[in-house]
Amino acid sequence: MAVLPDLATAPPTSTRGRLLAHLPPVATLGPLLALFIACAFFASQSDRFLSGSNFSLILQQVMVVGVVAIGQTLVILTAGIDLSCGMLMAIGSIVMTKLAVDSEMNPYLAILCGLLVSTAFGFLNGALITRVKLPPFIVTLGTLNIAFAITQIYSKSQTISALPEALEYFGRTFRVGQTAVTYGTVLMLIMYLIAWFVLRDTAPGRHIYALGNNAEATRLMGIDTARMLLIVYTLAGLVYGIAGLLLVARTGVGDPQAGQTDNLDSITAVVLGGTSLFGGRGNILGTLLGALIVGVFRNGLTLMGVASVYQILITGILVILAVTTDQLSRRKG
Amino acid sequence: MNLKILLRLSLLCAAFPAYSADKVVVGLITKTEVNPFFVKMKEGAQQAAKKYGATLMTGAGKFDGDNATQVTAIENMISGGAKAILITPSDTKAIVPAVKKARSEGVLVIALDTPTEPQEATDALFATDNFKAGVLIGEYAKAAMAGKPAKIATLDLAPGITVGQLRHDGFLKGYGITEGDSQIVCSQDTRGDQAKGQTAMENCLQKAPDINLVYTINEPAAAGAYQALKSAGKQKGVLIVSVDGGCVGVKNVKAGHLAATSQQYPLKMAAMGVEAGVEYAKTGKKASGYTDTGVTLITDKPMPGVESKDTKFGTENCWGK
Amino acid sequence: MTEPRPTPVLEARGLVKRYGHVTALDGADFQLLAGEILAVIGDNGAGKSTLIKALAGAIIPDAGEILLDGKLVRFHSPLDARRQGIETVYQDLAVAPAMSIAENLFLGREPKRTGLLGWLGALDKKRMLAEAMRHMQSLKIGIRSMKQAVETLSGGQRQGVAVARSAAFARHVVIMDEPTAALGVKEGNMVLELIRRVRDRGLPVILISHNMPHVFEIADRIHIARLGKRAAVVNPKHISMSDTVAVMTGAKRPEELPAQAFA
Repeated sequence: MAVLPDLATAPPTSTRGRLLAHLPPVATLGPLLALFIACAFFASQSDRFLSGSNFSLILQQVMVVGVVAIGQTLVILTAGIDLSCGMLMAIGSIVMTKLAVDSEMNPYLAILCGLLVSTAFGFLNGALITRVKLPPFIVTLGTLNIAFAITQIYSKSQTISALPEALEYFGRTFRVGQTAVTYGTVLMLIMYLIAWFVLRDTAPGRHIYALGNNAEATRLMGIDTARMLLIVYTLAGLVYGIAGLLLVARTGVGDPQAGQTDNLDSITAVVLGGTSLFGGRGNILGTLLGALIVGVFRNGLTLMGVASVYQILITGILVILAVTTDQLSRRKG
Repeated sequence: MNLKILLRLSLLCAAFPAYSADKVVVGLITKTEVNPFFVKMKEGAQQAAKKYGATLMTGAGKFDGDNATQVTAIENMISGGAKAILITPSDTKAIVPAVKKARSEGVLVIALDTPTEPQEATDALFATDNFKAGVLIGEYAKAAMAGKPAKIATLDLAPGITVGQLRHDGFLKGYGITEGDSQIVCSQDTRGDQAKGQTAMENCLQKAPDINLVYTINEPAAAGAYQALKSAGKQKGVLIVSVDGGCVGVKNVKAGHLAATSQQYPLKMAAMGVEAGVEYAKTGKKASGYTDTGVTLITDKPMPGVESKDTKFGTENCWGK
Repeated sequence: MTEPRPTPVLEARGLVKRYGHVTALDGADFQLLAGEILAVIGDNGAGKSTLIKALAGAIIPDAGEILLDGKLVRFHSPLDARRQGIETVYQDLAVAPAMSIAENLFLGREPKRTGLLGWLGALDKKRMLAEAMRHMQSLKIGIRSMKQAVETLSGGQRQGVAVARSAAFARHVVIMDEPTAALGVKEGNMVLELIRRVRDRGLPVILISHNMPHVFEIADRIHIARLGKRAAVVNPKHISMSDTVAVMTGAKRPEELPAQAFA
C-alpha cells in the first residue's frame, strides 16, 4: 500500500521551523556564541584578558558555583527548583572543617561526614517532595532556613581556619605549560563530563528529561518517577557537598556565612545556559557556559575598571535575553 | 465555647503587666540573630540589663534588609511594655514610620550602629563613627607607606549602603586623596563576603599586578584578599587594612595577615543603650543626639603620629569570640 | 447451532467492582477474539472505562476472572499487564513532547549498547533510530526523521507515534482509548487506517470510542456496555447505528433485536 500522503512529514510552515527541526538545539549555541563575543570584546579592551593565567583564574572563580549548578541543573530538568543549594554547601563545608579542626577528626573522615550531611539534606528535600508531595520551591525554601540555622548554631557563627592539608588539596595547582591549573577546576570539568554523558546517553538521564517534560507519561511508561525524583535531589545534595569541599579548598577557611547567594547564582548559570525552568529541556554543558559567562563578565569588567554595580546590571540583562531567545526559538513559525 | 476561651485568655493577659510592673522593660532589635557583631551586642545588653535590674526583650530580622520582622518586633515590644527600644535598622528608611509610632506612644527609641534616615527619626544614635574608622586606617596606611608611590585597591561593600560608603570615604580622607585619584587602580564590591573578597582581589591583581595597598570594608573581605595575595605569592609586599575589630580579625592582625584594623564596640553600644533606657524609665530624661561609641586602631606595627593599640588590647576587647 | 469458538485472546468473566455505594462493574463479561477490532461502547456510567481499566491492569476487580489466551491472570498494576503483552494507547498519548520520536517509542524500554559503554549504561541510539524507523514504516507512517521532536508533529502524526509504540511492544492485545477524539476528519481517517494495519499485523485491538461513524467503519464486532454489564455484542454489518445507540442508552432491549444483529 502506498505511503499515506498526509501522514508523511507535514512541512513546517516557516523557514525557521524547517531549520529548527534539523539543527542541534539553539539553546546551547546561544551561550557559546555569547561567550565568544564577550571574550573577544574584553580581549579588545584589555591586554591582560587573553592569557592562560587569566583564564585559569576565571575557571577557579566559577569553580564553586559551577559545581553547585550541576545539582541545580539536574533538579531544574525535572521541573523542580532547589533554593537550598547554597546552604547545603555551607553546612557540608562547616561540618568537614569543624570536625577536622576542632574535633581533630581524620580529615578524610571529616570530609566524608560533611558530604554525608549535605547528601542527607538532599534526601530530606527529595522525601518531602515525593512522599509528602510538597512543591519543591516551598520545601527547599524550608530546608534552606533549617540548614542555615543549624550551620550558625553548630559553628557559633565563627569562621574555622588553620585547616589540615587534605582539606586544601583541591586548591592546589599544577602546571600546564606556563599556566597554573587548580585540581578543583579539573574536578569540576570531570563532573560536568560525567553529568553530560549520563544525561545524554543513559536511560536514567533520558528519563530525567522525560520526567521534567511530561511526568504523567513517564509514569505511565512504567518508570518509577517518585524514586527518580528522590535520587535526583539526594544526588544534588552530594554535589553541593562536593562544592563545599571546593569552596573550603579555594578560600582556606570554613565560613558559616558562605553560600548565601549561590541559589540565585546557580539558577542564573542554568538559565543563561539555555535550560528551561519548566523542565525537560536543556543541556548541562550550557550551564557550564552560563557560569563562565558570568565569570568572564566579572573579570573583564574589573580589568576595564568598570564599577561592580554594572556587573549586576549586565547579568540581569543577559538573563532576560537568554530566556527570551529560548522562548522565541520554541515558537513555531 | 470560643468566647469562654477568649475571656480566659484576656484575664491571663491582664495579669501579666501586674507581674512585670516593677522591672523596666527594654527591647533590643538587631539586624540578624547570627552575625557575631550582633551576638556581642546582645551580650552587652544582657549584662547591662542584669546590672540595672531591667528586663530585656530581644528580636532580630531574618536577614540583612528584613524590615518587616523588625517592624513586628517593635509593635510586640510596645505591647509587651517596653519603655525603650534599641535597634540596628536593617532598612534605614523603611523603619522610620514604626519608630515614629513608638515614640508617639512614649517609647524611647535609640539607633545602634546604623543611623536611620533621617538620623533625627530616632531619639538618639549610639554608633561607631564609621567615617572616623576609615580615616584612622587611611592615616595609618599613609604613614606605613612612608612616601612610596601607592597602587591602591578598594574592596567595598555594595552599592548604596551607608556604612560601606562612610568607611571608604574615611579611608580616602585619612590617606589624603579624593575619589578618582590615579593611585586608586581598582574598586570592586564584595558584599562583605570572604569568597567574594577573594575573587575581587584576584581580578584586581589581574588588572594591576603591582597593587601594594588594599582597603577592605570588613575583616572577612580582608581575609579573602589575603588568600588571593597568598595564591599569587604577593602577600609580603602588600599592606591590607580593614574595619571591625572582631576576634578573628584581630587574630589575623596578630598573624601578620592584616596590617591594621579599626576596632568597634558593639557591646558598648548596647550597654549604653540599656543604661539610657533605664534612665528614661526612671527619670523621664531622654537620651539625644549622636554618641560616638568609640573606635580604636589595632595594630602590632604602630606608626608615629597615628594613635593605636596592640593586639593584646584588641583581643581583650574584641567581639565574636 | 454455533460452532465451537476458538479460545479468545482476552476474556473476562463476572467482573465486579464497587466504589462505596456505586457498583461500576456488576458481573461484566468480555471476549476479544484473535485478529479482530472490537469496539467497546457505552454511555457514561455504563462501566466501559472501568472494564478497560481492569483489563489493562489499572484497577483490580473485587471479583471475577480475567484470562489471557485461556490462562488465568492477575494484574496488580499497568506494568504487570504490559509485561504480559497488553499495550495501551492512552487518550492523551503519554508522550514527552520535547523528546524525539525514537526516544518516545522506547521510553522505559531503551536498548543498551554492547561492550564497556553499554555496561556504563550508554544507550544504543543507532538501534533505537533504525528500529523506530522500521516500526513506523511497517505501519506505513511516513515521517522522515526519527530524531524529530514529537511536538513538531501534527496531531495525527503524534497519534501515529503512540500507536506505533504500542504495536511495537504488544504481544497479545492493543487497547486504544478514544484515538480519534482530538483529530479532524482527515487525520481521524488516517488513524483508522493505522488501526487496521495493527490488526493486519496480527494484534487484536480493543477500541474505545464515542464516535459511532468511526466505530461502524472499522469494528469487526461491537461490545455494548450498560449498567456495569455486557448488554450485547453486535455485528456492525447487520445492525443500524440507531439501533446500536438505542441498546446503549436502554431505549431498546437486546431481546428486541433480530438474531443476525448479534456477533
